[in-house]
Amino acid sequence: MRAYLRTYWLLARAGFRRQATYRMALAAGIFTNSVFGVVRASILVGAVTGAGAAVAGYDALAVSSYAWWGQVLLGSVSMWGWSEVADRVRTGDIAADFLRPVPPYLTYLAVDLGRAALALLARGAPMLLIGALYSGITFATGAVEWVLGLTAVALAVAVGFLGNYLVNCAAFWLVEIRGLLMAYSVVATLLAGLYVPVHWFPEWLRIVAAATPFPSLIQTPIDILSGYAAGPAAVRAVAVQVGWVLALGVAGALATAAGRRRLEVQGG
Amino acid sequence: MASGFTAYRAILRSRVRAQQGYRVSFATDLFATVLTGLAELLEVYVIFHNTPRLGGLDFDAALLVFALANLTFAAADLLVGHCDRLPTYVREGRIDVFYLRPLSILGQLMTSEVSLRRLGRISVAVVVLGIALVRGEVAPTPTTVGMLALSIVCGTALMAGLFVAVAGLQFWLVDGREFANAFTYGGAYAAQQSSLVFPDPVRIFFTFVVPAAFTAYLPTLVILGEPGGDFADPALAWWLPAATAWVWGVALLTWRHGVRHYQGAGG
Amino acid sequence: MSVEPVRPVSASGPVSAPIVAVEGLTRVFRRRGAPALTAVDAMTFRIAPGEAVGYIGANGAGKSTTIKMLTGILAPTSGTARTVGLDPMRDRRELARRVGVVFGQRSQLWWDLPLRESFDLLAAIHRLDRLRATRRTGQLVELLDLGPTLAQPVRSLSLGQRMRAEVAAALLHEPELVILDEPTIGLDVLSKARLREFLIQTRREHGTTLLLTTHDMGDIERLCDRVLVVDHGRLAFDGTLAGLAGTVGARRVLVVDLDRPSEPLHGIPHTQWLGAEGEGVRQRLAFDPADTTAAAVLAAVSERVTLRDLSIEEPDIEDVVRRIYSASS
Repeated sequence: MRAYLRTYWLLARAGFRRQATYRMALAAGIFTNSVFGVVRASILVGAVTGAGAAVAGYDALAVSSYAWWGQVLLGSVSMWGWSEVADRVRTGDIAADFLRPVPPYLTYLAVDLGRAALALLARGAPMLLIGALYSGITFATGAVEWVLGLTAVALAVAVGFLGNYLVNCAAFWLVEIRGLLMAYSVVATLLAGLYVPVHWFPEWLRIVAAATPFPSLIQTPIDILSGYAAGPAAVRAVAVQVGWVLALGVAGALATAAGRRRLEVQGG
Repeated sequence: MASGFTAYRAILRSRVRAQQGYRVSFATDLFATVLTGLAELLEVYVIFHNTPRLGGLDFDAALLVFALANLTFAAADLLVGHCDRLPTYVREGRIDVFYLRPLSILGQLMTSEVSLRRLGRISVAVVVLGIALVRGEVAPTPTTVGMLALSIVCGTALMAGLFVAVAGLQFWLVDGREFANAFTYGGAYAAQQSSLVFPDPVRIFFTFVVPAAFTAYLPTLVILGEPGGDFADPALAWWLPAATAWVWGVALLTWRHGVRHYQGAGG
Repeated sequence: MSVEPVRPVSASGPVSAPIVAVEGLTRVFRRRGAPALTAVDAMTFRIAPGEAVGYIGANGAGKSTTIKMLTGILAPTSGTARTVGLDPMRDRRELARRVGVVFGQRSQLWWDLPLRESFDLLAAIHRLDRLRATRRTGQLVELLDLGPTLAQPVRSLSLGQRMRAEVAAALLHEPELVILDEPTIGLDVLSKARLREFLIQTRREHGTTLLLTTHDMGDIERLCDRVLVVDHGRLAFDGTLAGLAGTVGARRVLVVDLDRPSEPLHGIPHTQWLGAEGEGVRQRLAFDPADTTAAAVLAAVSERVTLRDLSIEEPDIEDVVRRIYSASS
């Protein structure tokens, strides 16, 4: 029995040691996200102070909560330069993906969900703590809202992935998509409300944002988790996310099929 | 040293030529950096859509801060932004090759690339700078012109110093890239704001430790005759060369330390 | 059995100052979570101007580490290295002007530019005036047959073309010492031959000193008059190629051409029959110089058959090095 325990202890310790480099990366990530969190929260609180009253229902505490929740989520919801599929299209490795019985984008989605869950625990949770210590954070109050909020995070990850995937699919037709990926993340992070809440947008920009899946990435999960949106409003927001997952999922399937046809025509 | 200069100039020219080979991707990259500049501008606009003042500045003043911060950062990024990818250079053995040439290692690293696509962001900043100067009705006095020139030249040098400092750190910091981002991109982000939005400790940090406030906010106070606040006195702005020297002093120290570590550890 | 390093012939010969002088050179790598590794262990040797030295050993024996210390990339843990009379750490830039280095695995060239521009840039870096740069580039391009590739971007060159271009790049500033780290790795036979010929010619015409690491014994045989064998960071041998073979008692092979097809030459004292061609017209016999002499073998053979021609094959060096390893470990 003791020998057993010892073996497991050694295995666990080895596993932990192997994580050493990851721990460094983690510490670096948390440090950097904290710096950005401080700057973002300062700007938003400064705006509320300048306005002299709550802006669109956000007082100083609510809006710094918003900034910190954004820092919690941004490691999980991918909005930046993911180009694995595009790289595989360029190298031709994508052909191997097509041989598998599962649609390739579902495999990648599953991987991304796993990555996002881990990032939420390892990178997100510390940001929550730091934000709470720095300026305080507001939370959803009801159990239903928590369930909805966590669902919204999962859906946000899915929307983020599918959006990225669609951009990656452009690689079937374009030689170089770095510029496109860059442009996509600029637009996505802006309209997601990562820097300024979508509720603060002037009306024309709010309409533009609402026509895109991007508010589902950051604004929706933050609204629910921070308690800004509750009850029917929260349910409605999640329903919109579900709609975007379905729409982008179909678009992804179509783009994959079209890309595959193109490769076959080219004899790739 | 004049002929060393010739060598660097030849290298830089070759970097510019190399980018002319890829016109289409260069054009889309340029488009993307223009978009980046515009998106950041839009954020400023959105904030001021909700409040008349932010950190004591009105929209026009904020535009000037935005323009100077973006201009200096994007220019530094164009020139030496690749320095924060030092681990890639080490992995590819490019640092070893630098050792085999009769030029300084740092000089070779700094001139090894020029990211002309950043011109997109610079052009947005220049246009906004023009708009901000006109809207702010800035009269061309020795003070305003001098401060503007100082801000652009020294501000760019200061931001470039940040890139070099983090390059030196990455010789020995595992996963230093993310730490590096906190100082370079984080510093640039802080530089775009009025210092007065920050609580005192953060303001002190971004004024006297990572002196980002010197590149745009403090010069703006002088150019527009704004009063500033605690640890944000307009008179501080004239110390910009000292702030630049401080950053470069730290940068050269971390670089030297980094190179020693590299020679000590073998990469 | 232990192998005593043999003093090189050349070390006592020329009176001029050594171009490379290594004294008790030691390099220890400390690694996180692993025992410290002594990559180079109290190495001492000198290379005189004009020598061509092969620096050989197994992977991880400490070859690259030594070269990095000779060129100022790596600081010694203890001991000293002086290259062209300079301290590589302190006088790195001056050193770079006088030494040319080819790293087989890392490129000196600008991969995204036409080859010609790499030469132009290196000429600017080494401050060659226009006349000298043009003349020298022209020379190298001709000798290394790089003319057709000058307009091509480096990334599109074949491996053979690229290696020749790397060598040209390292020699552009006419260095007194050329260090080549695996210069022929991955090259086809023709490219190898071409490169070796060029190096031989360079040495003959300019008296350039060569120090090269290689896994290819053909490089050593064709290019080097002295061999340093490094094993586990220590110098296991220092001497001539023949001396190396002699020290470890390497076998030589006597090849005899006979006047008519003959029976296999079994039973010649102290030899091993290796085989025959042309129904026994050409036969091969291996012998160890420690046990017998070529003359004795030849005499024994002549008693049985009539010789038309003969040759003695030099020992297989990889075999020799392997023996050095097994002897010293």
